[in-house]
Amino acid sequence: MLTKVHTGLDPVPGIWWRPAHKAERVWVAIAFGWCMVLFAMMPLWHWKGGQNPSGVRRRVDPKAYYARTLAFATQYKVGEDRGLPIVAPPPGAEVYLVGLTFQWYPILKLERGKEYTLHLSSLDVNHGFSLFPLSVNFQVVPGYDYALRVTPTAAGDLRIICNEFCGIGHHTMVGRVIVVDGGTPVADNRRPSILGGGDR
Amino acid sequence: MTVPAQYPFRTCGATGHRIDRAAERLVKVNAVAAVVALLVGAIAALLLVLTRWQAVHLLPAVWYYRILGVHGMNMLIFFIIFFEMAVLWFAGTVLLDSRPAAPKYGWFNFALMLAGSLLVEAMQWSGRADVLFTSYPPLKAHPLFYLGVIFFAVGALGVVGQFFATLVIAKREKTYVGSMPLVVYGAMTAAVIAVITLVHGAAVYIPTFLWSIGLIPAVDPEVYRLLWWALGHSSQQINVAAMVAIWYMLGALTVGAVVLNEKVSRSAFVLYILFISMASAHHLLVDPGFGPAWKIVNTSYFMYMAVLASMVHGFTVPAGMELGMRLRGYTDGLFGWLRRAPWGDPGFSALVLSVVVFGFFGGITGVTIGTEQINITVHNTLRVPGHFHATVVSGTAMAFMGATYYLLPLVFQRKVAFWKLAKMQPYLFSIGMLMVEMGMTFAGSFGVPRRHWDISFSQAPFDVQFSPAVDLFLAVMGIGGILAVTGALSFIAIAVKSVFFGEKVTEFTLGTAMEGVPQGLTHPPVQPANADALNEALHAPERGIAGATPGTLVLVAVFLVAFMLYYFTNWKLLTFLWKIG
Repeated sequence: MLTKVHTGLDPVPGIWWRPAHKAERVWVAIAFGWCMVLFAMMPLWHWKGGQNPSGVRRRVDPKAYYARTLAFATQYKVGEDRGLPIVAPPPGAEVYLVGLTFQWYPILKLERGKEYTLHLSSLDVNHGFSLFPLSVNFQVVPGYDYALRVTPTAAGDLRIICNEFCGIGHHTMVGRVIVVDGGTPVADNRRPSILGGGDR
Repeated sequence: MTVPAQYPFRTCGATGHRIDRAAERLVKVNAVAAVVALLVGAIAALLLVLTRWQAVHLLPAVWYYRILGVHGMNMLIFFIIFFEMAVLWFAGTVLLDSRPAAPKYGWFNFALMLAGSLLVEAMQWSGRADVLFTSYPPLKAHPLFYLGVIFFAVGALGVVGQFFATLVIAKREKTYVGSMPLVVYGAMTAAVIAVITLVHGAAVYIPTFLWSIGLIPAVDPEVYRLLWWALGHSSQQINVAAMVAIWYMLGALTVGAVVLNEKVSRSAFVLYILFISMASAHHLLVDPGFGPAWKIVNTSYFMYMAVLASMVHGFTVPAGMELGMRLRGYTDGLFGWLRRAPWGDPGFSALVLSVVVFGFFGGITGVTIGTEQINITVHNTLRVPGHFHATVVSGTAMAFMGATYYLLPLVFQRKVAFWKLAKMQPYLFSIGMLMVEMGMTFAGSFGVPRRHWDISFSQAPFDVQFSPAVDLFLAVMGIGGILAVTGALSFIAIAVKSVFFGEKVTEFTLGTAMEGVPQGLTHPPVQPANADALNEALHAPERGIAGATPGTLVLVAVFLVAFMLYYFTNWKLLTFLWKIG
């Protein structure tokens, strides 16, 4: 028994809790099934997939984190570019990157196919870690240390764009990550790379 | 029914509804405030697209970020919420034939909201709140900026309270028989979500205000982001619920859309109330403050129950329109009802454009980029504004504009001015916005950041060279932005001319088209006397699943396939990144 034909503007007298037509029941069932697929994909990717934003997360004092990053840069410094140290930690190392208005510090030099634990945090305000041209994006929040296990999969001269508004110089905040193949640089700052970096 | 004499009503010439004059004035004043905010936001939008279109690059950096904040506040808060206040006053009183609860207090709340919005505007335009819409601490604005937002939120919360009180009055004074109409039920859903949202607003802005005047030493940046997005994202869910309510309303007014099944539609609204506010997590998927279990449960609205609700409305709204048309004799083929629909009625075209772009573009991109892992490729890129312009602008704002074409004659009792322009306006606005959304989405998939003044990075220490395709996509965004702003300004011109200088209209000549009056009022889509029998016949078991609404079944099947393709393509793209864990 259907309700009397009416629109959404009409009050509904009597009982309206009535069985739906088959078409609606089937659509609701299909939609529900699809929602379960959408839901299952996320745990499944944690289990089988290679890209998850899990990491190890802890609170940290911004000044202490900054000091830790400076010490890390001194320890593994191999060169300098535009006043910033180029830092080449050994595979498996804890790697520290700090965002501060308006700079990513230091320049990182990593090896392709090796795993590192990349720590991200900020000295001052929120920043956005956006690895160009791969579009790997993470929020960088002051007072929080986001330690992600990363394995670079291709060599290249990459950039870190800040993609969270951090003040009037936000659009000048660009950092650099160099990924090398087995210890030999395939791209440095004197040679244009296939990935869009290059000399200026 | 007994109605106290001090509440004068007028009777609507078209619908027979009793319209309380005090409530009517509150609908009007909130709608006018919404349109003024829309004007400010639209001018800001034009300046922004002409800056992000790198070939034009209009504004200097300081003004780009400042205007970006102005655009966000005016569009996402002032325009939308003032309009929703008008919707609440309208749905609570006119649709229920009721008087409003404490109309004088309604004016107080309006004044509070107006004062709050003026404070925010003053702080933003004078450069004392260059913290963008989100104002993430430790970025700090002038205390009056936060106070302005608090005033606005308190006023809005007051109106929501009055809406609930009006529902009680209508029930107690028996102004309607049975259960409240579905449209009012949807508005009530929006109101409940508004309470949840505004309470979070208080929880985040009051401590931040105290911090800005030095009474609290610090605000935790991550806790702020959690609470702020419980305001910032949930307020967009007020829009979703209000928009769906307006879909049902415009469907009824333009093509006599019927409600297929009250149980199904109302249950979907309940799912919104229960689950939709968890979407704060969409913004925190690549944040350091939360673990995977929290992210998965919250970003999925507990197993995508709010997505289920939207997919249900995505079926019942077009199916109701199809059935309403079929019952009135538009029975030819699968899509005869669509082909012969009133496409020249701006209320109808706005409705269809809103449903289609919201569903196909806003909905599919939203669910996909709100997936925990896929968000790694999307967070803070232009794909994010590409998504939410499809929901909030092409969806909600378009639906509100469509509703306005009916509110002008029904509530303001004015003909719609510039009628030929009004018939074109939904198409102009929607196509322009679609270009903006496409341009942003494709540029964003190359990693182009949102909220960024200069992606040529001319002042940066290291060069960044985006693919030349990005220039093309940003040009599409820029041209689309000009079209869309033209559409928005047309809407504003139509609304202002109609309200303040429009031709008065109180009677609609049935059966004869009137210049400046939507077709649904001069040719009301009344069901035939034997509609119930026809309905039973269409629903007969032997006609099977395609019995009543075969066209809609095809449409939702196309939707589901598009959804699946886009969703799994994005998983595939994710595998090209570094290994991250």
